[in-house]
Amino acid sequence: MSTTSHLLLRHRDIANLDQLDVYLQHGGFEAFKKVVTQMQPAQVIDEVKASGLRGRGGAGFPTGIKWSFLPNNLWPHYVVCNADESEPGTFKDREILEGNPFQLLEGVMIASYAVQANLAYIYLRGEFWQIAHRLDEKIAELEKAGFLGDNLFGTTYSLRLRTHLGAGAYICGEETALLESLEGKLGQPRLRPPFPAVVGLYGKPTVINNVETLTNLPLILEKGAPWYKSMGTERSPGVKIFSLSGCVNRPGNYELPLGTTFRELIYTHGGGLPEGRQVKGIMPAGASSAIISITDDRLLDTPMDYESVAAIGSQLGSASVIVLDDSVDFAWLVSKTVNFFKHESCGKCTPCREGTFWMNRLAQRIVDGRATPEDISLLETVANQIAGKCLCALGEFSVMAVTTGIRQFRTDFEHHVNGSGSAAAGG
Amino acid sequence: MNQLLQKYPEEVQQILAKYPPEFKRSAVMPLLYLAQRETNYVPRQALQDIAEILEISTTDVASIVGFYTLYYDEPGGRYRIQVCTDLPCALRGADRFLQELCERLGIEEGGTTPDGLFTVEAVKCLAACHRAPVFQVQGDGEIVYHENQTVELAMAWIEEVRGRVAARENQP
Repeated sequence: MSTTSHLLLRHRDIANLDQLDVYLQHGGFEAFKKVVTQMQPAQVIDEVKASGLRGRGGAGFPTGIKWSFLPNNLWPHYVVCNADESEPGTFKDREILEGNPFQLLEGVMIASYAVQANLAYIYLRGEFWQIAHRLDEKIAELEKAGFLGDNLFGTTYSLRLRTHLGAGAYICGEETALLESLEGKLGQPRLRPPFPAVVGLYGKPTVINNVETLTNLPLILEKGAPWYKSMGTERSPGVKIFSLSGCVNRPGNYELPLGTTFRELIYTHGGGLPEGRQVKGIMPAGASSAIISITDDRLLDTPMDYESVAAIGSQLGSASVIVLDDSVDFAWLVSKTVNFFKHESCGKCTPCREGTFWMNRLAQRIVDGRATPEDISLLETVANQIAGKCLCALGEFSVMAVTTGIRQFRTDFEHHVNGSGSAAAGG
Repeated sequence: MNQLLQKYPEEVQQILAKYPPEFKRSAVMPLLYLAQRETNYVPRQALQDIAEILEISTTDVASIVGFYTLYYDEPGGRYRIQVCTDLPCALRGADRFLQELCERLGIEEGGTTPDGLFTVEAVKCLAACHRAPVFQVQGDGEIVYHENQTVELAMAWIEEVRGRVAARENQP
């Protein structure tokens, strides 16, 4: 069981790993030194491609392939670390940033060398104010120790890292909105193409990777792609941090191989559900998930990898697993998720801006017991008018719980309409 | 006269140094944090000061304040207590926590205590779903998390802050 030796959450095994001397004692920055002094940038990209590492922010796009899209006739290149973790149910990046910050920084540095960026930004959500200040101190330590700055290890390569704080906007986790925000503008997504790999930060080729993705890199470069590929599944290699929350006894982050089953996560690691409760539904990708209705106990044996979760009609996303037991009212649940998306819609696209507003009103009307049976269908209709019509994924995600919730748990909605509405769960 | 620049000359230069000189507009967000450090909201004058430093319009700066939730264009409590009430937190009692905290303080959600010290408001996910109920406190130029909360723990902290503020004000 990998809970005794973590690769990403190594601070759980090694005390004070957030201190530079301790990190160095445990092999810290040897991978970075190796790539800068002994490897060509293309070799680093090839190694990461061979490892099969896929983006851990939600999309699961192969990291090495993403890097290889940067054109070599447009300069400078930038690297941006996405630390805007804001999906309800996700709290994994925060633990890395707090507990194992140097492994993340080393990952940012390796990615920067791979695409020959001399300046990299770490974009943190504004709520991570304390974390950002600690990272600034650690970056200063690295400059002093000669791991950042000009002519690193006697080579011609130079690199600087900077933090940048957002200010409370979920949409900035969307990579093009993040770039807008970093440029000092409203965090609203850009039209693509062009993709950030060609026209990114300040109009230049840019790599944007999630915190967890980058934290894998020092180990991949140190131990090699075959070692990394030996974990997880064929198409989803490696380990993943699963953020477990909701109706479980031991919510928290669990670092496990991709392909671990829901059952193992919830029962073996998460301590199961409170006495007498059953799993009614699972949201494997936070508030953005298509809800998995556990109509058959065997669904809990689904392996949590990108393909298997998609095969049962949902998505793994950032692996923020919200467990919902049989006391949860799914109409109330939907009113919670649409309220979130209504608040976080950036306002750029009309279907999302207006649609999330109306979904919120309808869902609220339903749980308040003021709705007619037609309102349930109307809510579904509004959701279907948003889907497929937005510039970014936020609009698409906003309807997931609505459409899958009404389809699979319609009686929860009808219950409110028939005047015998149950009390909202959890609240 | 640029009051922000005059008051925080070093901080402004440090912030500007983070970004390429030709893209100094990037500094608008950190400068806004600097502007609301003391008062917990962005005074009108600061919009102009920042616009001048970055050579953009005051409207551009104001639009950033309006878009992002952690900036405020009018005064609230000296400390903003911001409780996450999103789904995972609500499943662990966050809505009830918020309601009871407001009752104990005798205010509505979004309201400010009569002493002007605390505003209590619901906010969106804080990435602490496993340690709900959770709130962050915005004040004194910082944002600090309070996790695994009960109303008693929160009230104890509130009384501690009240005591600290009173002691400071009673100093000769």
